[in-house]
Amino acid sequence: MGKLVPLSGNYAVAYAAKAADVDVVAAYPITPQTAVVEKLAEFVANGELHAEFLHVESEHSALSAVVGASATGARVFTATSAQGLLLMYEIMHIASTMRLPIVMGIATRAISAPINIWCDHSDFMAAADTGWIMFMAINAQEAHDLVIAAYRIAEDPDVHLPVAVGYDGFIVSHTIEPVNIIEKEEALRYAPKRVTWFTLNPEKPVTMGSLASPEWYYEFRVQLQKALESSAKVITTAFREFKQHFGREYREVDGFYTDDADVILVTMGSTTGTAISYAEEARKAGLKVGVLNVRLFRPFPEREVLKHIEEAKVVAVIDRALNPGSSFVGPLYSDIAVTAFKKGLDIPITNYVTGLGGRAVLKSHLDTIVKHAYGLIGKRMRDIDTHYAFVGVRE
Amino acid sequence: MSTFTIASIPREELLAPGHRMCQGCGAAIVMRHLLKALGKNIIVAHATGCVEVTTTLYPETAWRVPWIHVAFENAAAVASGIEAALKSLKKKGVLSYEKRVKVVAIGGDGGTVDIGLQALSGMLERGHDVLYVLYDNEAYMNTGIQRSGATPLYAWTTTTPAGSVWRGEWRRKKDIIGIVKAHGVPYVATVNFAYVTDFYAKLRKAAEIEGPTFIHAYSPCVPGWRYEPHLTVKIAKLAVQTGIWVNYEIEKGTFRVTTPVPKRLPVEEYLKVQGRFAHLTKEEIETIQKLVDEDVEYINKLAGATVIGPVEKK
Repeated sequence: MGKLVPLSGNYAVAYAAKAADVDVVAAYPITPQTAVVEKLAEFVANGELHAEFLHVESEHSALSAVVGASATGARVFTATSAQGLLLMYEIMHIASTMRLPIVMGIATRAISAPINIWCDHSDFMAAADTGWIMFMAINAQEAHDLVIAAYRIAEDPDVHLPVAVGYDGFIVSHTIEPVNIIEKEEALRYAPKRVTWFTLNPEKPVTMGSLASPEWYYEFRVQLQKALESSAKVITTAFREFKQHFGREYREVDGFYTDDADVILVTMGSTTGTAISYAEEARKAGLKVGVLNVRLFRPFPEREVLKHIEEAKVVAVIDRALNPGSSFVGPLYSDIAVTAFKKGLDIPITNYVTGLGGRAVLKSHLDTIVKHAYGLIGKRMRDIDTHYAFVGVRE
Repeated sequence: MSTFTIASIPREELLAPGHRMCQGCGAAIVMRHLLKALGKNIIVAHATGCVEVTTTLYPETAWRVPWIHVAFENAAAVASGIEAALKSLKKKGVLSYEKRVKVVAIGGDGGTVDIGLQALSGMLERGHDVLYVLYDNEAYMNTGIQRSGATPLYAWTTTTPAGSVWRGEWRRKKDIIGIVKAHGVPYVATVNFAYVTDFYAKLRKAAEIEGPTFIHAYSPCVPGWRYEPHLTVKIAKLAVQTGIWVNYEIEKGTFRVTTPVPKRLPVEEYLKVQGRFAHLTKEEIETIQKLVDEDVEYINKLAGATVIGPVEKK
């Protein structure tokens, strides 16, 4: 077992990249991710991490540089937030279809305008359709562990996909918690460095990133979809092995009190902790509340989600992001609602958008949500006029 | 200066035939000889552009060296990552190439002087051991001849058409060499394939020097400049003979013209063979001549001698 150290989420992520013995780091500072870059620079400066550290001039170049390095066979790491992630957006699609096992940390933050450095999931959700495997950690320990698991998953010959690990800006990135640190030897035993993907090598030249006409493009994109689908199995295996190596157990989703729940709150990130605490209190007051934490967002774990929600009376999905003008409003809601619809689950599934731009998600907000949801018990989707509400906003 | 002779050009072709570049394409000549000059021990990071799309139509490729394309504006950043990976993996004993592997970034003028300028600046400033080659055909040719920051004065393009108000491009070509030089890099040079031994010598030198080096390669475009395909090399030669293009190098701050032109031809000789300048009036040609004269004066000042002579009167 590793040792317990007080660490912020950002430092926990930096320690994970160090333990994974990354060869190349390229990152650009942005709040609230900056401390990751600083810590990694410190590790390299002190000789604790033997990596090339690229002081790139933008996030676009940060991701581009790690694409180049990964294509050369290096284990790579980068991290960003908000506008930085949006600047990387173009290259995120390219990294996934080129099937490069890049690992990135995302300290989640609201996107402009107005400019706002605080937590929500707008950045993370904007990357949801880029073909990356995406995890959301609920605390510093998870952020640390998931980055290490990310290398095991990304580099698996049956996967070869980039992986993003999200963790809530400030709430997780800057909160100091006791973290059980995984040391390099242990990390490399769990996720050994094996270059199983094609690399740029003068002894065996290959062409990467070529032009694909209508005769070929489609197949590349379908392969990406298939790769994400089949990565689910590897993720399960990687979590099982993680437990064997480190004792901590992770699943695609976690259900808390979901077995007999009337109302299930679906959450991601640090809100999960608040929701569990709320559910415990609510149950004492006679409200049968359950919580479903979505840890794996891409590929979306439909089967695991269904197991938890199929017996519920109302599913209340909490989104810290907004898809303005869409039919679903909140991005997590769209995945949950479609998952339920596909199995003919005709219970009210409602969406509560809250906590945008760092507005605190309080237990009182969750109480408002649950009370609203209780009022829908016994109804069907078609009976509901409005499927979404903003909670904690000025009207 | 050439330490290179035509006879010493390697016979091996590293750019395979069957690519889809135009008949008479200047960039095709640049790429073919660039690869011959640099050899097999390179890794190429290519920006989006004409050469990229015409040489790598899946499932075929014209590149007999390791090659990657990621996007339009990031060839320099991708090259930086490749170079960093090679360095890191060599230090860790993972890679054991006996020969030095040179990383080469290639971009057109749009991908270099416009959209890729920031990534280029970052790469130069960080001091990566990368040779950056700009093949300059003076407009966005891949999308169909739109002006770029490298389009010369009065040139017709589809976004600077010659009409009753506009007379083609009204701004001067961006001084990319000046921008690159300002980063304090060890070697910067211009090349023109009509002067083939000079071309080879400079590419080899740029590849051998440790650190970021930059080659600005003249690259005529048949459809974009509107001329007959057989005229490519003739136009390239005229560019040097008229002084609108000067072959030089700046090595550790020392400036040297590598193709002296004792007597210049009038710039009209260069302009009149290209349809993109067909709309020019006598006055406009005189304006261009005046600007070339000024540039030549500046070059001679840098060289400390009259390496580019006056225009020969007819």
